[in-house]
Amino acid sequence: MIQINNLHKSYVTGNNSLHVLKGLNLEIEEGEFVSIMGSSGSGKSTLLNILGILDNYDEGAYSLDGHLMQDMNETQAARTRNKMIGFIFQSFNLISFKNAMENVALPLYYKGISRKKRNQMAMEFLEKLGLKEWAHHMPNELSGGQRQRVAIARALISKPRIILADEPTGALDTQTSYEVMEMLKQINDEGITVIIVTHEYDIAAMTQKIIRLKDGVIEEIIKNGDLKSFQAQYNRNINKPEHHV
Amino acid sequence: MFDIERWNEIWNALTKNKLRSFLTAFGVFWGIFMLIVMTGAGNGLKHGIYDGVSKFAVNSAFMWTQRTGEPYKGFKRGRFWNMNTTDITYIEDHVQGIKYLAPKLFGWKERGGDNTVRDNRTGAFNIAGDYPVYTKIDPVSMVKGRWINEIDIRNKRKVCVIGEKVEESMFDKSENPIGKYLKVSGVYFQVIGVLKPETRVNFNGRKEETIFLPFTTMQQAYNYGNEVHLIAVTSKKGVSVSSLEDQILTIIKKRHSIAPKDEQAIRSINIEKQFQQMNGLFLGISILTWIVGIGTLLAGVIGVSNIMLVIVKERTREIGIQRALGATPKVIISQIVLESVVLTTLAGYIGLSLGVGLLELISNVLAKMNSGGDGVFYKDPTIDLPVALAALAVLILAGLFAGSIPAKRALQIKPIDALRDE
Repeated sequence: MIQINNLHKSYVTGNNSLHVLKGLNLEIEEGEFVSIMGSSGSGKSTLLNILGILDNYDEGAYSLDGHLMQDMNETQAARTRNKMIGFIFQSFNLISFKNAMENVALPLYYKGISRKKRNQMAMEFLEKLGLKEWAHHMPNELSGGQRQRVAIARALISKPRIILADEPTGALDTQTSYEVMEMLKQINDEGITVIIVTHEYDIAAMTQKIIRLKDGVIEEIIKNGDLKSFQAQYNRNINKPEHHV
Repeated sequence: MFDIERWNEIWNALTKNKLRSFLTAFGVFWGIFMLIVMTGAGNGLKHGIYDGVSKFAVNSAFMWTQRTGEPYKGFKRGRFWNMNTTDITYIEDHVQGIKYLAPKLFGWKERGGDNTVRDNRTGAFNIAGDYPVYTKIDPVSMVKGRWINEIDIRNKRKVCVIGEKVEESMFDKSENPIGKYLKVSGVYFQVIGVLKPETRVNFNGRKEETIFLPFTTMQQAYNYGNEVHLIAVTSKKGVSVSSLEDQILTIIKKRHSIAPKDEQAIRSINIEKQFQQMNGLFLGISILTWIVGIGTLLAGVIGVSNIMLVIVKERTREIGIQRALGATPKVIISQIVLESVVLTTLAGYIGLSLGVGLLELISNVLAKMNSGGDGVFYKDPTIDLPVALAALAVLILAGLFAGSIPAKRALQIKPIDALRDE
């Protein structure tokens, strides 16, 4: 599903050039449930930008579903995003002046689907996630967990092949976090590739594969079988002060 | 384009900070308001002045004499002199291209004190001697009776045409002045008509307060001999009145031994030239109006652009979400540009309406004031439809311009950066 070969990316600000990704190689199969970890500055968000076709890269190759993502103009990128990728964010990022249903329907608006039809579809998705009664509430009338569920519905409505979640549980308490993870797991069970960025070990431990980034390259990949040892490491790490990103 | 989501977003963006939107819109509003009101005021002045002279034959010139300004042919400087009727016949015979030529007499000797008496009423009025043709050059409208005719001239009839004010002070309201007699400087004249001036160009006093006699009657009754005090002339079609003016002046100067370069001895007004000057003046006024108006409008538009930049900055997160969800650049750009166009057009439209409304109001007030009779040189301060439409088009273009820079800025937003809580 995702193939990354020797990916380089630098940010140039004035005279300074910051080399963020330094020849990263990565392969993610369709239907995988993957988490990306790494300290601040390890290149997580840059990688996420590139995976989500929100940014270009300098060198190497990135193929999504067998298509090389290169030299796309912004319109093509937007179309591909709309079709292939669903985004979930740490702070939900619902649009404050639209109610839950309108927020969920938004990706369909960019697809050019009529208002009636997209609102109907949005209602179906909200119902699936148990938010039917909240459909006409504004985001500020919803709890954190509800907001994130609305955001998940919004990510799913365009029937993407990949869900990219940037710290999806970062703003939620433990119990709600686990509920959201459970939901993502269900989405994954339906065959959608799910990639989450997190710095929480317990969250990462719920995925099938953990990719740890350090200094712009992959430091290690922890696969399903190794999760036990990761658990041990997580226990070791939990005693250290965490670096919040 | 006309999806309700879009208008919802525009409404939200503009009402989020109402005071700011209002102040921004005010800049544009004021620009267009000024433009409309100033253009209208300029037009008012133009209409007013043109109205005062428009009935005047444009191709006309008027000449009258003064004391000489230069010594010439043994005559001293400061000599009193007059044109005479032989000049008129000479000009008629020797100058080509004259359409109407009308000599005129002014009753200077008869002016002073109450020169007009009727029963126990007295009044002080101007007296003029005219040929029938004079009203072809400087039109009047006859309220009652008739104007002087050829038979009056030929028979030197003792008749007179009086201005409206003369009628007012010498007759009762219920009285018909036609056929009644007025004693003017000791001579009785029968009133044959009452006139109202059509123009506001006056020689030797206002026409409303003048008693008009047949030229020949006046010559004889008051002993003016063959004097002529004013020559009015109009040119035939295709002939420049300026060239006629020059020819006539030269002839008269020659016949009366006036120095050819003496500008003071004989004065003239050329309506053609006056009109050209006025046209230049009004062109100047309207250019100035547009420069100031467009300048103010531009300041308003730059204000809009500035605020749109701030709005884009404020909505970085929102635009980031939209882009992550698959909004194409076209959607984002058209959104921002449309917001700017809506703001400018709305503000501009209000400015336009209020400006036109104010002009209407002034127009009505002026019409009421003018109906009293005595005119101000100000009338119908209006603005033409094409000008208003052009202003509206300028507004929409200005909105597009004001929105395009912030829209470009919005495209540079990197969604992930905008959305992370860092």
